[in-house]
Amino acid sequence: MTDITELGIAAIRDGVASGDFTAVEVAEAFNANVAAASALNAFIVETPEIAISMAKAVDDDRAAGKDLGKMAGVPIGMKDLFCTDGTQTTAASNILGGFIPQYESTVSANLWKAGAGMLGKLNLDQFAMGSSNETSAFGNVISPWRIGGGNNAPLAPGGSSGGSSTAVSARLCPAATGTDTGGSIRQPAAFTGITGIKPTYGRCSRWGVVAFASSLDQAGPMAHDVRDCAIMLESMAGFDPKDTTSLDLPVPNWQAALNSDLKGKKVGVPREYRMEGTDQDILDSWDQGIAWLKDAGAEIVDISLPHTKYALPAYYIIAPAEASSNLSRYDGVRYGMREVPEGANLQDMYAATRSAGFGAEVKRRIMIGTYVLSAGFYDAYYTQAQKVRTLISQDFKAAFQQCDVILAPTTPTASFPLNDKNKDPLSMYLNDVFAVPASMAGLPAMSVPCGLNKDGLPLGLQIIGNMLDEQSVLNAGLAIEERAGFTARPDKWW
Amino acid sequence: MSVDKETVTKIASLARIAISDDEANALVPELNNILGWVDQLGEVDVSGVEPMTAVIPNELRMREDIINADPLTGGGVRDKILANAPDAEDGFFAVPKVIE
Amino acid sequence: MTKKYTVQGATGEFEVVIGLEVHAQISSQSKLFSGSSTEFGAQPNSQVSLIDAAMPGMLPVPNMECMRQAVRTGMALGAQINKYSRFDRKNYFYADLPQGYQISQLYHPIVGEGEIEVTLDEKDPDSATKKIGVERIHVEQDAGKLMHDQHPTSSYVDLNRCGVALMEIVSKPDMTSPQEAGAYVKKLRSILRYVGSCDGNMEQGSMRADVNVSVRRPGEELGTRTETKNVNSIRFLMQVVEIEARRQVDLIEDGGEVVQETRLFDPNRMETRSMRSKEDAHDYRYFPDPDLLPVELDDAFLEECKQSLPELPDEKRERYENELGLTAYNAAVLTAESETSFWFEELLAQSVERTGKSDKDLAKQCANWLLSELFGALNKLGVTLEESPVSPSQGAELLSLVADGTISGKIAKDVFEIMLETKQGAEQIVEEKGLKQVSDTGAIEAAINDIIAANEDKVEQYRGGNERLLGFFVGQTMKAMQGKANPQIVNEILKKKLDS
Ligand SMILES: [Mg+2]
Ligand SMILES: [Zn+2]
Repeated sequence: MTDITELGIAAIRDGVASGDFTAVEVAEAFNANVAAASALNAFIVETPEIAISMAKAVDDDRAAGKDLGKMAGVPIGMKDLFCTDGTQTTAASNILGGFIPQYESTVSANLWKAGAGMLGKLNLDQFAMGSSNETSAFGNVISPWRIGGGNNAPLAPGGSSGGSSTAVSARLCPAATGTDTGGSIRQPAAFTGITGIKPTYGRCSRWGVVAFASSLDQAGPMAHDVRDCAIMLESMAGFDPKDTTSLDLPVPNWQAALNSDLKGKKVGVPREYRMEGTDQDILDSWDQGIAWLKDAGAEIVDISLPHTKYALPAYYIIAPAEASSNLSRYDGVRYGMREVPEGANLQDMYAATRSAGFGAEVKRRIMIGTYVLSAGFYDAYYTQAQKVRTLISQDFKAAFQQCDVILAPTTPTASFPLNDKNKDPLSMYLNDVFAVPASMAGLPAMSVPCGLNKDGLPLGLQIIGNMLDEQSVLNAGLAIEERAGFTARPDKWW
Repeated sequence: MSVDKETVTKIASLARIAISDDEANALVPELNNILGWVDQLGEVDVSGVEPMTAVIPNELRMREDIINADPLTGGGVRDKILANAPDAEDGFFAVPKVIE
Repeated sequence: MTKKYTVQGATGEFEVVIGLEVHAQISSQSKLFSGSSTEFGAQPNSQVSLIDAAMPGMLPVPNMECMRQAVRTGMALGAQINKYSRFDRKNYFYADLPQGYQISQLYHPIVGEGEIEVTLDEKDPDSATKKIGVERIHVEQDAGKLMHDQHPTSSYVDLNRCGVALMEIVSKPDMTSPQEAGAYVKKLRSILRYVGSCDGNMEQGSMRADVNVSVRRPGEELGTRTETKNVNSIRFLMQVVEIEARRQVDLIEDGGEVVQETRLFDPNRMETRSMRSKEDAHDYRYFPDPDLLPVELDDAFLEECKQSLPELPDEKRERYENELGLTAYNAAVLTAESETSFWFEELLAQSVERTGKSDKDLAKQCANWLLSELFGALNKLGVTLEESPVSPSQGAELLSLVADGTISGKIAKDVFEIMLETKQGAEQIVEEKGLKQVSDTGAIEAAINDIIAANEDKVEQYRGGNERLLGFFVGQTMKAMQGKANPQIVNEILKKKLDS
């Protein structure tokens, strides 16, 4: 019998449905992998009993002849940014230490409704702020990948969904939820050789997801392949009246419409993405991707996104500004940590609690956000950044007059050793340079593994689609996936 | 634009984050490094450009005025509200005494 | 013309400039951004949703009714309605503000400029009127409540009010005396109650004012203003203006300077004092709330708002004067509060139905009875019009008995007394007590014959030209008839007999 933990969403679902194995067997197999992988530090909370009881419910439904959901019997990892009723949710921050939500996020509730089960809560960069998972209060996640040849330096799994990327890559779960504010699904997916898609802003409800930057945050799936991403995204997405930015549109049947034949499709290649400081391996993989899509029948067009250069600095005004306000609710009054120094008044309590509870990167971003919104600076920074954002959006709008999807690298480098960039925030920020523009415009974007670099580390290609056109993104992703034949796996060392 | 230590201290106070003198000193170059980098946005000609208000073309939906129409967004859930409180007494949240 | 209000200082007179920010709770069942109830007086934290408590990941969804009421209020003030508005966040930390920001509207309020016309002396409807500008109305969340007396070292937080919808109605600095400020709030409250957008209940905090006061020597530039927060009665409001103006004048004359600050009114000590606890270099870092898209109102929505507006006090007053022929004074008093005008109109409508007479014929009688008899009685009982033991339809029953001559106006007063005591209907009382007016000419003529026979001297004097004696004969006749004789018939017969 095959090792169940090698399987992805579609295979597990189908196996459970056809009786090849039970959902409980699946849950047990993954529980075992999770339990054996503490060295990766991918989970903040493990919930093996929940995984079993949810699996049992699926098995019971099957026995009773009930209709099974799209993800029936598939246990997943839940990024610890999604509030889960009765299970600790911390956003990887001490300030939410011990917080037990009394409610379930819409996205996780949708997944449970589709028959998925929960293996645990996945580690991440604190409040999703980071690109290497080093800002977590629960210690960083370690990528299952190693350079090899005796170099066992721990590598970054990417961030902020680093627990998700590691867990899927190391077969601790067949799929995991991620959230993407400025690349937090795509960059870790690229770093660990898995597939992840951020849908159009508004496809997935933000209700019950700990907010980082409201106008950018969007949930999405991280899984082994394009088909699994399509299935899982269908289960996560959908209109939610509790989120006014949620799109009141039916969820397309993306999986059924998957088609890697790109005849008649145009793929845009943005010249501004050929940036200095990009690894040659990355540039080569990009050229390879262009060749693959041509091979799939697509016409390649040269496009221009003139404001690309400004997306990242604009992001580092808008995201911290929104975050500085969104994180004001962590004040020690109603939940989470409270620090009351001797003789402290209310305002002292706030300052002490927030100082002790937030990590350094979170504080840094709150400080930047507070500064750019403060009197006298608001227009120069925030308004200017929102205007630049309009221009970035217009760039994409113009580009999609000429092409159906855009192909670009996901990241300028492959995974880097832990501690490499965390001393210099700016160099860390620059890792999201290719991912952030699509976030700023709210567009669907995906990372698909395309090969290994000279160190044997995975690289990802990014496909950016027009608003609401996840289908074209998935189809182009599938075309790459079929041609890349990416089967590389990290050697198990944990 | 750049910040000095006094500004850093003021921002930290506005943001209710207690910082030590050393931390303030360390934050000055860190923040200036980032602010210096974002300053390049000033190069962009934005004349006639509206600041973005909605990233996707979507209209604000409003709700009907109905009490507890959805239990997830309604009241009457005091136990849930107080469940995680560091200090709850007699149905209230308690905080260090405020003198107004 | 009333004299200009000034504050006399040792070195001369000072003018006062007043602007008001009135926070009015919007009448809605549920809160502005959550489904929890707005009902007053519930157990602590029982009317709080996960959203109101700012749990992680919670999102606001605006209540349409709150926006509708703000628009209707704006329309009632003749204000500009902004089809495009936005919610902004006002960031600050306080225990009554779980989100760490108040969702409000700074940059694009839902209602722009309008105005309110106030009568400066409400006792005198002919006194001068003044138009007070309204700068804007925006919609925002109320905060929770902090309680300081329950515990020696803790303050307690109750979030029941947190997230209740408020309209902040910001006036222009157009008022120059406590009277004007009082008249403005009174008129504003009246309009809100007519519109139904706020119950105007200041005791329960449904309406409260931030009072901006500055002083200046005549002709000089505007002085530095102070803002006295959360003043919750019209009397206090007028006192705050007086006290604060006095304080500022004294300060200036002592060589001091007024600092721009927020202050608190202490009605027990009759003073305002600086709210130092909140004086922490305010920088609210307003920015558009990224959880909410812009509010865009369409024509159909605005049309519905307009159609649903009731007749407003100024229009009503004019109609009462011009179409019903009421005095300016009566029209003003009847329309000052929506309850009074609704009561009056119900009384009038029922009277019209009972008697078949026109409203113009009955209006004066109804107005007089309501303003003197009913109000007098309510005053004595110490109850409000809403608590009146007599309903408009019962009042109409009584008045129609007078109108059709069944009882006299004098008997009506007695019947009304009995109605108040026994809660019986007027017709029943008149029937049971035999108070029906006698219009039987035979009985009246017989009584008159007796009186004329007994007072021949007075008859002589009358016929000799002392016509004032007619009153004496009427009185005697009414007395003989126990007040129940139809006075018109008594008059007719007396005149016929005496003049013959
Ligand atoms: Mg105010
Ligand atoms: Zn206000």
